[in-house]
Amino acid sequence: MMNIPPLSKDVLALSMRRSYVELNARARAKELLDPGTFREILGPFDRVMSPWLPMQGIVPQSDDGCVVAKGTIDSQPAVVIAMEGKFQGGSIGEVCGMKMAEAFRLARIDNEKGIPTRAVLSLESGGVRLQEANMGELVIAEIYSEMVALRKHTPLIVVIAGPTGCFGGMSLAAGLASYVVMTQQARLSMNGPEVIEQEAGAAEFPSGDKPFVWSVNGGAQRAATGFADLLVEDDAAEIAKAVRSLFSKGHPAKLRTDKYELFIKRLSAMDWSRQWTSEDIRKVWKEVAE
Amino acid sequence: MSDTVMNRGRKWFEALAGNDGSVPGNPGSLLLSGGKLGDEEVVFVGLVPDPKSRFPRAGRSEVGVDEGWFGTRALRQVIEADKDKKVKRPIITVCDTKSQAYGRREELCGIHVAAAAIIAAYADARTAGHPVIALIVGRCVSGAFLAMAGQANRLIAFNDPEVLIHAMYKDAAARITRRSVEELDRLGQEIVPMAYDIGSFAKLGGLHALLDVAHPDEPASATAAQVQSALIEAIADSRAKPATLDVRLESDGAKTYRKASLLVRQKMAEQWNAV
Repeated sequence: MMNIPPLSKDVLALSMRRSYVELNARARAKELLDPGTFREILGPFDRVMSPWLPMQGIVPQSDDGCVVAKGTIDSQPAVVIAMEGKFQGGSIGEVCGMKMAEAFRLARIDNEKGIPTRAVLSLESGGVRLQEANMGELVIAEIYSEMVALRKHTPLIVVIAGPTGCFGGMSLAAGLASYVVMTQQARLSMNGPEVIEQEAGAAEFPSGDKPFVWSVNGGAQRAATGFADLLVEDDAAEIAKAVRSLFSKGHPAKLRTDKYELFIKRLSAMDWSRQWTSEDIRKVWKEVAE
Repeated sequence: MSDTVMNRGRKWFEALAGNDGSVPGNPGSLLLSGGKLGDEEVVFVGLVPDPKSRFPRAGRSEVGVDEGWFGTRALRQVIEADKDKKVKRPIITVCDTKSQAYGRREELCGIHVAAAAIIAAYADARTAGHPVIALIVGRCVSGAFLAMAGQANRLIAFNDPEVLIHAMYKDAAARITRRSVEELDRLGQEIVPMAYDIGSFAKLGGLHALLDVAHPDEPASATAAQVQSALIEAIADSRAKPATLDVRLESDGAKTYRKASLLVRQKMAEQWNAV
């Protein structure tokens, strides 16, 4: 008779886990909302698509890579906006950007009317969609404007899971968030590694050196240095739980973007005579604490 | 040419503010000054090259970490100082700003938050009632546009070939989208948001005014007066209308080129409260 040893707890837990990274944007939004409450706004059947991509021989997508859904989170009204990294690299064009800006605007109006609507933004984005260049710039400015207005009413939570990461204009959206949740696989950076290498050279930023890149912008480093508030496993249930725990905390004591005195102090404590490492940031950030 | 220390942005800042905008404790790239437009007290902000920048990858008029954080502090101080005033000082930003800064130090210490911080400060100034005006006299590309100009009540640009608002410089955009520069130029003729000239940008409805200024590299008293009156008009227009960015979407340009944006707004409002 074969003796099959029982599976360890770790293996069992792993087998129960459902990846968030592998879900598409729509499924992610469903995971973040309370079960059965997902209602998509301007869904694929409305067929509002990029007018600019077909003019360049690029097939558009009927949701333009952005899913907006209303529902509840812990029984509170909520809106979830989820970017689809697989469509055009999660780039921000006119339609998807406008969907995001409008979702924030309508949530802000609801909050002003006394309907305390929560907001979560699940990001996978390489930045502005270059095929819609200046339209992207305009619409991203409108997104920021609405984020700054909305975060006064409700915590605004950004989730960055991977695999695309969060770059360019959307990294600044993460900067504006009340809270940021990241996985180990996720990356958060203003400029893409290849772009920095192109601009500044491989000595400055060796984009092919993956451990180096992750040491700069990966979830673990971002969480260790306060640029992310929670580091979570790639597990849909755990991410949904993390979002709820942050909402239950209410507004942060101080928004990251209001911490200019702290950041100015930290910068003055850096060693300016040499190039920096991720360890330097961890050390100085700890020494010059909040 | 625009990388020289005495660039167009600095010249126009000095012509309008009447001084060099240096403030002890601020980085040399960040110009800040009180000043006057007509009878009114205003605040001028500028971002210029600073060869002595402690960030080696900033200093050629990039929006970097220092510019973001020190600029945020300066704007927050203006908002705080005017908090109880009925009439808030207008904030005029003179933009001739290459891009965001690209470097290792920048990413390590969170340039994305430093840039977000100055954006939030401009947006909060606007909603607090400060007329926020961006005067774009030169380049204002990518993160520089988003950080320094994007949140303004009104955008004013010089109508000049050296004025550039775009998501990315042409050579880099060609490389990334695997197109030739010629192909990008041709596409820009058909696809207005991809074009590189300021006239095409203006078509999208984002600009409040496009100014024809004689000899934009050398401000003179006549052209400075012309720019001042345009700023005064934009300030009055900002005060007369809501402190949102909606004027951009309500413009004639948007009605022609941002039909999709307007459709998104209309349909989402219809569906938001439907059951």
